[in-house]
Amino acid sequence: MALDPLVAGVPTPAITHDSTAYSTPLVSVAEDTTFFVRNMEFFYGDFHALTGVSLDIHGGAITALIGPSGCGKSTFLRCLNRMNDLIAGTKIEGSVLFGGADIYGSGVDPVDLRRRVGMIFQQPNPFPQSIYDNVAFGPRLQGIRKKSELDAIVEDSLKRANLWKEVKDILGRNGLAISGGQQQRLCIARVLAVEPDVLLMDEPCSAIDPTSVQKIEDLMAEIKDEVTTIIVTHNMQQAARVSDYTSFFLQEVAGEPAVLVESGKTNDIFTTPLDKRTEDYITGRFG
Amino acid sequence: MTPFTLRQADEQDQTLNPGMSPDLATTSPQHKKAELTLVSRTTQIKERALSLLFFLCAIVAVLGVVLIFAFVAVKAVPLFKDIGFLNFIAGTKWSVAQSKFGVVPFIVGSLVVTVGALAIGAPLAILTALFLSEVAGPRARAVIRPAVELLAGIPSVVYGFFGVTVIAPVVGRLFGGAGFGPLTAWIVLSIMIVPTIAMLSEDALDSIPMGIREASFAMGATQWQTIYKVVLPAAKIGIIDATILGMGRAIGETMAVLMIVGNAPQMFAGLTKPIATLTSQIVLGMGYASGDFQTALFGMAALLFIISMGLVLTVRLLSRSKREEGQGA
Ligand SMILES: Nc1ncnc2c1ncn2[C@@H]1O[C@H](COP(=O)(O)OP(=O)(O)OP(=O)(O)O)[C@@H](O)[C@H]1O
Ligand SMILES: [Mg+2]
Repeated sequence: MALDPLVAGVPTPAITHDSTAYSTPLVSVAEDTTFFVRNMEFFYGDFHALTGVSLDIHGGAITALIGPSGCGKSTFLRCLNRMNDLIAGTKIEGSVLFGGADIYGSGVDPVDLRRRVGMIFQQPNPFPQSIYDNVAFGPRLQGIRKKSELDAIVEDSLKRANLWKEVKDILGRNGLAISGGQQQRLCIARVLAVEPDVLLMDEPCSAIDPTSVQKIEDLMAEIKDEVTTIIVTHNMQQAARVSDYTSFFLQEVAGEPAVLVESGKTNDIFTTPLDKRTEDYITGRFG
Repeated sequence: MTPFTLRQADEQDQTLNPGMSPDLATTSPQHKKAELTLVSRTTQIKERALSLLFFLCAIVAVLGVVLIFAFVAVKAVPLFKDIGFLNFIAGTKWSVAQSKFGVVPFIVGSLVVTVGALAIGAPLAILTALFLSEVAGPRARAVIRPAVELLAGIPSVVYGFFGVTVIAPVVGRLFGGAGFGPLTAWIVLSIMIVPTIAMLSEDALDSIPMGIREASFAMGATQWQTIYKVVLPAAKIGIIDATILGMGRAIGETMAVLMIVGNAPQMFAGLTKPIATLTSQIVLGMGYASGDFQTALFGMAALLFIISMGLVLTVRLLSRSKREEGQGA
């Protein structure tokens, strides 16, 4: 696999339990690596938000990003589908490879990237259109017009998002006229309808009811094989419950850039963290 | 209304009226325990007085509308007897000398002028609003928005003047004649209604939550797709409202139209042939009209009143249907 010259010779990332992933550093990207991030620096104008982030995201698995408020979890997540491009004055350095290709390389179309890397936000944000049109939005963008085909995609996506049973008789209702938890699952269905490779979820469960949280956690497990998921969460139990890998971010001094302190298998991070700061955070000593 | 309510701080009122609350407190002594502060009498009186004041202001506005309409209607009523309603509303000939008061030419004139101005002005205004709300950076916005607002503040006589001295000669040279007529009116009126429609449409666009734009981009939509498939449908009702209000402005516009439309009480016969509108004809006749002539003018005024009321009603109905849609079927 051809590698961006930028990547060659960069040091291995912060402490990791998962040494195999980096054992042949930077000659090739491991087979199951979806995102390969090296020495990422991120700036909002003059504000240096993230520094030296190096991380591999494993395909077909769920990765949780944890850390105190303001430590750059959302910022990092939004780098992965270039949503930060939409904020004026942002700057990114380092490399972010997706399936081996540099997503910030010249000529890369962020629009195409976002089709393959879907995103769910903290606040459910369905379009003020019917439930059906919400789910059919992405397929229609891709030029699918046939009613029967759209019907099938809508039904399948809603089923995968654990929402079909609740809305199958009200597909014409406005997407804003259902409960918050249902709206969030509608947003998930909308993303799944375009068959993304990756799902980025930024605190998807922090604004919704427990039943819906349960349903979302279930569906994450169900789609895990097809869709690599990265979830930001403040809920340690949730991270421990749903994820296979966990990364801990921390901004130690206000105004200074945040760093990725530690990454590894969720089980290891939660039982035998290598870094004192990780342990402190997980046991609730700060954040 | 309950005699007390939870308050954060009302010490000022309490100290000003030390005698007020104790008697209330004795009627319900248990509330001392709950640490609820009582509303002082002065606060109550102040609030009553204020709501009365607001009510009176509202009444004045309503009375004004009712009185004006009643006045116009009363003056127009002889129309049914003296001119004949059909002769008035369906008559195509207007001639004071022959006592013919058919207003169809003016209705058609108003319609032609309004529809044309909307056809040019509304797309211009909506695109301006889209540019300001969706595309422009802060710097472009800082220049363009005040310019659009300024456009709204220019008196219509200045627009008329601009039409007479700049647009009409150009139209005249291109199409022959003096250049006074519907085409000139379209051009000038469309510029006049741009600020109304653009500013209101921009409000409608700005009130759409940022989140749905973000969602659209995150779905891999381009900016154009986001505008076309998400933003515009979401703001549709607001933009239609804005357009209807712009239409009201175009129908009611008098001074500028009077200066450029040619003022010939004849049927629309071409884009550069002089015509007259309901408003311009009223102004022209107002100074000297009497008898049936005056009655006809009042009839036209009533007609204008009804048309704009219809427009306002349409806006109301639209925004109500939107609210219901938001709450779900
Ligand atoms: N658009 C922006 N412009 C400038 N600074 C920003 C912007 N968005 C975030 N920041 C700053 O970047 C830092 C990281 O923010 P980010 O939202 O990524 O944190 P987070 O870990 O997601 O926090 P939370 O858990 O509260 O969501 C914070 O200091 C924040 O103030
Ligand atoms: Mg965040």
